[in-house]
Amino acid sequence: MSRYTSVTDADLREMLATIGLGSVAELFADIPQALRLDRSLALEEGLSEQEVYAELRALAERNVSTDDEISFLGGGMYDHYVPAIVDSIISRSEFLTPYTPYQPEISQGGLQAMFEYQTAISELTGLPVSNASVYEGPSAVAAAGYVAKLHNGRRRFVVSSGVHPHSIETLSTLARGWGMDVEVIELEDGVTNLDNLAPSAFGEDLSALVIQQPNFLGAIEDLEALATAAHAAGALVICAADPIPLALLRPPGEQGADIVVGEGQTLGNRLDFGGPSFGFFAVTEELIRRVPGRIAGETRDLDGKRGFVLTLQTREQHIRRERATSNICTAQALNALAGVIYLSWLGSRGIVELAELLAQRTAYARDQLAAIPGVSLPHSQPVVREFPIAVDGDVELVIAHCRANGINPGYRLGPDHPNWLLVAITELRTKVEIDRLAEVLGAAVAAERERVPA
Amino acid sequence: MSTQSQRPSARWFTNAADDEKTIYERSRPGRRAFVAPPSGVPERPLDELIPARLRRAEPPRLPEVSEPEIVRHYNRLSKRNFDLDTGFYPLGSCTMKHNPKLHERVAALPGHARLHPLQDPEHAQGALELMWRLQEALSEIAGLPHVSLQPSAGSHGELAGVLLTRAYHEDRGEHRTKVLTPDTAHGTNPATVTMAGYEVVKVGTDARGNVDLDDLRAKASDDVACLMLTNPSTLGLFESGIEEIAEVMHGVGATLYYDGANLNAIMGICRPGDMGFDIVHFNLHKTFTQPHGGGGPGAGPIAVSERIEPFLPRPQVVRRDPGASGNGAEPEPEGMRGVPPRMYDLDYDRPKSIGRLRGFQGNYGVFVRSYAYIRSLGAAGLREASEVAVLNANYLLARLRQEGVLELLPVAYDRLCMHEFVLSGAPMKRELEIKTLDLAKRLLDHGVHPPTVYFPLVVEEALMVEPTETETRETLDAFAATVAEVLREAREDPEIALGAPYSTPVRRLDEATAARRPIVRQPL
Repeated sequence: MSRYTSVTDADLREMLATIGLGSVAELFADIPQALRLDRSLALEEGLSEQEVYAELRALAERNVSTDDEISFLGGGMYDHYVPAIVDSIISRSEFLTPYTPYQPEISQGGLQAMFEYQTAISELTGLPVSNASVYEGPSAVAAAGYVAKLHNGRRRFVVSSGVHPHSIETLSTLARGWGMDVEVIELEDGVTNLDNLAPSAFGEDLSALVIQQPNFLGAIEDLEALATAAHAAGALVICAADPIPLALLRPPGEQGADIVVGEGQTLGNRLDFGGPSFGFFAVTEELIRRVPGRIAGETRDLDGKRGFVLTLQTREQHIRRERATSNICTAQALNALAGVIYLSWLGSRGIVELAELLAQRTAYARDQLAAIPGVSLPHSQPVVREFPIAVDGDVELVIAHCRANGINPGYRLGPDHPNWLLVAITELRTKVEIDRLAEVLGAAVAAERERVPA
Repeated sequence: MSTQSQRPSARWFTNAADDEKTIYERSRPGRRAFVAPPSGVPERPLDELIPARLRRAEPPRLPEVSEPEIVRHYNRLSKRNFDLDTGFYPLGSCTMKHNPKLHERVAALPGHARLHPLQDPEHAQGALELMWRLQEALSEIAGLPHVSLQPSAGSHGELAGVLLTRAYHEDRGEHRTKVLTPDTAHGTNPATVTMAGYEVVKVGTDARGNVDLDDLRAKASDDVACLMLTNPSTLGLFESGIEEIAEVMHGVGATLYYDGANLNAIMGICRPGDMGFDIVHFNLHKTFTQPHGGGGPGAGPIAVSERIEPFLPRPQVVRRDPGASGNGAEPEPEGMRGVPPRMYDLDYDRPKSIGRLRGFQGNYGVFVRSYAYIRSLGAAGLREASEVAVLNANYLLARLRQEGVLELLPVAYDRLCMHEFVLSGAPMKRELEIKTLDLAKRLLDHGVHPPTVYFPLVVEEALMVEPTETETRETLDAFAATVAEVLREAREDPEIALGAPYSTPVRRLDEATAARRPIVRQPL
């Protein structure tokens, strides 16, 4: 009897007799003999619960988590505080263990939570329609690209290089299959600058302009001007947005974005080395029938009582098959539930207070770091939670020095900017920790300047 | 009609019969749960930090509620859900098996849960080793040499598979336009094909419920890129002609894709790679116990053959220690302190890769749970899980036969089934004048989740039953008796089933109006 089964020898005999077979092997008679595995799988034998726990704990201990160091890593996922009520509620079996709510009469809890979630996402993004989640941020950008393709059938995306590199790459992976091109616009002083594009880039074959708010370098984009230019070319505007900064910023939907998507990790989800989190996905009324994935809708039952169902299902793969607007089935319902619990916990005023706190601490950190000799700011744009710095010297050695002092100073940006670090500040990074970063980073950069005089 | 007498019991639900308000309807200006910590830094006017023209005029309208209200609201909502931990959930094709509680505990360890995805690999060795070991184990289970953990769910794995197929053919200078899917396929298969830029060609089903080989041969041409197949099929039947199918597809240069939704039937018994499949996806949320969460998260890793490997998504988890080759059966390296630095790494240097399919490295939290499951069961336990899954399905089918249920709901193809089986409610509809949907709705009043209904499409009034290996014989007996009871009741008075359910928080809902005039957010 394996860990999670309950067939005793007596059960087995009686069950086989009921079926009318003599052995378990006979159950598999339809499998051709040549295909049957004539050995055991080459896997280790099973372990007791306490042994598995010990092994998984030993693996965990070989990771340096945000519990173990003062981390300023961001770049798409952020070390925010997750309130205890999130864990408490999402670990309830009633939310943790059901399937997708195909039987609405016994799934009202999940369906209503989706409806509440959709309302909150609609408020943050400034668009009227939200689905109940997609996988995560970058694939949400690609999914938005697919909506644009279905909507206007044009063959080109123009993407700001301020969009997260994983999003650009994911969109490019899919666009190849659609026979579409992805063209990237460079940033100027940290923000998207349309002047960097040939006029032909906004031609009649432009399907969508893709931008991010705040962008990958933390800068707040002026979406309205960008959206106006794209709309003039008859294209859609896709905006990837970071939900907590949206508490302060003009909603992308009000500035002309037709589709607003984003990474939901910061809303009550763990870092989890990159997942599971959720992607949010919001659109204009015009695009409602092209949205991927589940949408909960309000309706009435036979007695006239309010209830919720999965709606507009004729968009979906299980009904529409090859004519579906997406292939998505399992999404990230539990993570989206964490999202709406977290947003309820923050509330209207709390989310603004949190975002202001981030903006204040981030401004402070930016000033402190910029004051270090040998550290400069690659852009001067307004930011909320994240900003890049450029350091004199070998950034690897600077990082190593900081880490030897218990500080992870940020994410080293790619080969395009070899000496840049992206520094993220959440409410978990206190003034004391920011001061410590400035001190340690300052010493590291000074040592580098001594080693390699400018 | 009195509905009171038709309520057997409302055992899964509390008395939360009052009309549940939404969290927004509980909102009152000024209430709150969150208290911000002091910023601690010298504050500057907001206008100096972010110009007013870039800022919102009004805060986003989120619920204003206290913590006790949030807790009570969502706990009450939770009681309006049916869940696997509470009752039998024989939802075909979804593998609603027990979700071990240990997994939640280990996934929550801070070393896993608070690990930043951009942490330097040197400082994420535990996570990368876990991922590598999971890759090795999945490779062994699939019988294919290479694994990518990146896809986020089954359908995402399918998309990866078709894009890999495209990359493989393009690399050979071939341009193919069609993908074959059986008419019994999951909806995700044809949807994926379209999304990947191919045309769907349907293949028929023969009298035994297998792929119609003549039809397959007629449609297999050098224009076909791939055949996507589920084995056991969505009818719960093993494709006994799989060797010939593979021969036909490989003969025209196409790839063979294995939809792993039904892998729970065959772990350690036979392997997709040995059957000739080139690409396999796993549903970690089905076969490998990740809780379904009401619709995710899941994960859809893929295993591939040598010829597909160069095209796998970036990055790939690798072990950099020349000389050692592993199959997951290796002993723990001796003494953690003796491990050389950067033993496990993320490999981005994959010039033929199709690229990324998502952000970061995949749903790591799901990998932790699935790895724990594989470690708990081991080789023998996984095989036993599949054996019992198939035993339970055949036993339940036999018990339904004993109860006389199959007279009204005959099995679609009368053979030994694998881990699930499909019944047809067509005779029931004719004789009792209740549809499969009505039977399903009446089962709700008996405290069981109904099986999957109206799928696969090739079976009229389909009812697809997958008990899984984690259910006891008594549960299966009780289910068979319950279905028989619903049919007996319907023979006497079909109106009862037609009006069901009665004991649930809401009764049947008007889905048509919801779709015609969609209300998808709360008006505020």
